[in-house]
Amino acid sequence: MTLSISFRILNAGDTALTIEFGERVERRLLAAVTALDAALARAIGSGELHGIVEMVPTFRSLTVIYDPLLSTRAEIEPIVIRHAHAALCSSVAMDRNARRGRVWQLPVCYGDEIAACGPDLDELAQACGLPPAEVIRLHASVTYEVYMLGFLPGFAFMGDLPELLSRPRRSEPRLRVPAGSVATAGTLTAIYPWESPGGWHLLGACPVPLFSANWPQAALLLPGDRVRFRAVDAAEYRLLLAEMPEWYAAARPPLAFLADGEADQ
Amino acid sequence: MNAVLEIVSPGALASLQDLGRPGFRRLGVPRSGALQPDWLRLANALIGNAEDAPAIEFLVGGLVVRALDSPVQLALAGNFSAAVRSAGGRRCLDSWRSVTLAPGEALHCGMLSPCRVGYLALLGICVPKQLGSASTYAPAGLGGLDGRWLSPGVRLQVGEGSAGEQMLRTAPLLDTAPIRVLLGPQEDYFTAASQACFLSEVYQVSSAADRMGMRLDGPMLRHRSDKGVEITSDATVPGSIQVPAQGQPIVLLADGQTAGGYPKIATVISADLPRLAALAPGQRIRFATVSVAAAELAARASAARLRALIADIVPLAAVGVLDLQAMYAANLVSGVVDACALDSAIWPATPAQEDWQNPRSSRNSPREKG
Repeated sequence: MTLSISFRILNAGDTALTIEFGERVERRLLAAVTALDAALARAIGSGELHGIVEMVPTFRSLTVIYDPLLSTRAEIEPIVIRHAHAALCSSVAMDRNARRGRVWQLPVCYGDEIAACGPDLDELAQACGLPPAEVIRLHASVTYEVYMLGFLPGFAFMGDLPELLSRPRRSEPRLRVPAGSVATAGTLTAIYPWESPGGWHLLGACPVPLFSANWPQAALLLPGDRVRFRAVDAAEYRLLLAEMPEWYAAARPPLAFLADGEADQ
Repeated sequence: MNAVLEIVSPGALASLQDLGRPGFRRLGVPRSGALQPDWLRLANALIGNAEDAPAIEFLVGGLVVRALDSPVQLALAGNFSAAVRSAGGRRCLDSWRSVTLAPGEALHCGMLSPCRVGYLALLGICVPKQLGSASTYAPAGLGGLDGRWLSPGVRLQVGEGSAGEQMLRTAPLLDTAPIRVLLGPQEDYFTAASQACFLSEVYQVSSAADRMGMRLDGPMLRHRSDKGVEITSDATVPGSIQVPAQGQPIVLLADGQTAGGYPKIATVISADLPRLAALAPGQRIRFATVSVAAAELAARASAARLRALIADIVPLAAVGVLDLQAMYAANLVSGVVDACALDSAIWPATPAQEDWQNPRSSRNSPREKG
């Protein structure tokens, strides 16, 4: 691992600035983002930084959103830069002791046997030069890490996809991707928590709610969590699907999907 | 005391919005909230609600609401006029004022122009909050009533209205100056010619405009070939102007996604985002760059203007027709479609037209601005 990470400050209007550590999905960049996120949260807690509305960590950058009526860029930027330098030093150690989140095992009904959640399985298999069954086996063979949440409430960007399955996103995005679609793009995989437009390859459907305002942390999957997929048949999928309204309404997320031996933390 | 307001028709699109739900972007949850927060605050101030109370935000026009068994006080903000209809007749009124609906009376809002966003604030409205806000974010079923857009037959619990009616002495000016932006975060993904084009050419709000974003028609922008047309997703904010591969800019608004993989050429400053977000399709705009310091000054100036408007709310009874005429002469509420003028076209004629306050019946065409 090289230590030569640096950062630059990007303008994101008069309510935000972005500290960018790099341009790609890389674990060491994510570690720097995580370290800076934690450091700035402490700086807000101690009163060193004020006027901050929220911070948004991504694979490779941290965006600090602030209220221009409560603070100014001139006040915020030097403090952020100082902590970003410190984060680069501490992130190397942090990478080794990164937050080990919970491990989830989520059911997936692959292919388009039910609904239309996996319409791209055959096409992706062809593009990868693999039989569809091998695409399914490979997709479910890996323990993924949640890198970040974004795009839609509860949408978790997970990696890394087995290299054999890595393909750029579709050239023609769909206007309507059904909620629950399990999808891949580049080196990443994700589950669409809500119906939305989308350009990822759709391989299957996951009958697990990913976000509910009724749960303490609202999102099921959090950065640092790990996820394994388990192939289920249409009958099991339908049984689980029938329980979804109850899980959304419950006061806690469906911990039944924690992998064996995972305690509720 | 409780009263009930029924949605007879939401018009094109209506939802409950307050000042939004900050703090959850790291979970993928947009801020949502009013597209034009100053007007939401004005509407609430006109009936004595807390400025951040939820109100009905409606797009395009055509919203119709009705008081059921008790009187309901509400306030109108936006570029439109309206008609109160009852079995006994009809009276026309302009925006930027409060009004009391008697039981059974319905308020018909006209078409919005040149801005596409209007607000109805409701005295004593009661909506549960989710994640700290009552704002509707329909894509994930958050906020509002069951997370949905307002639909015919929906009933809202409000306070019973009895307080006096008030109005803004001076309606907000329609500012047609260029929309100010800060370049970035990814201006370096665009050719110098495209950056210059973005800042010099006229763009037009396209019909693809909703609460999530607004596509702009105009010259296509080119990405630098050595940089490409995609980035590894990073955070967006309301006001981010992202440019997908084909080159048509999209301004992200209150319900916009929290992260995205398209390069963002610029970000609309906070003082100007509401007036851009409120513009109707077809309106023309230009962009101009400013410094961070200038944007911060503009934010403060904008907040000060809002405070001055709110401080100038006066009882309706104190304002004579002459004052109203002075307002119109000063062009302070220009561009409003006259609901009563539209009446014959949209609504069946009512013989008993109670035209108690219509000093501008001769002026009924929306004026193109911007």
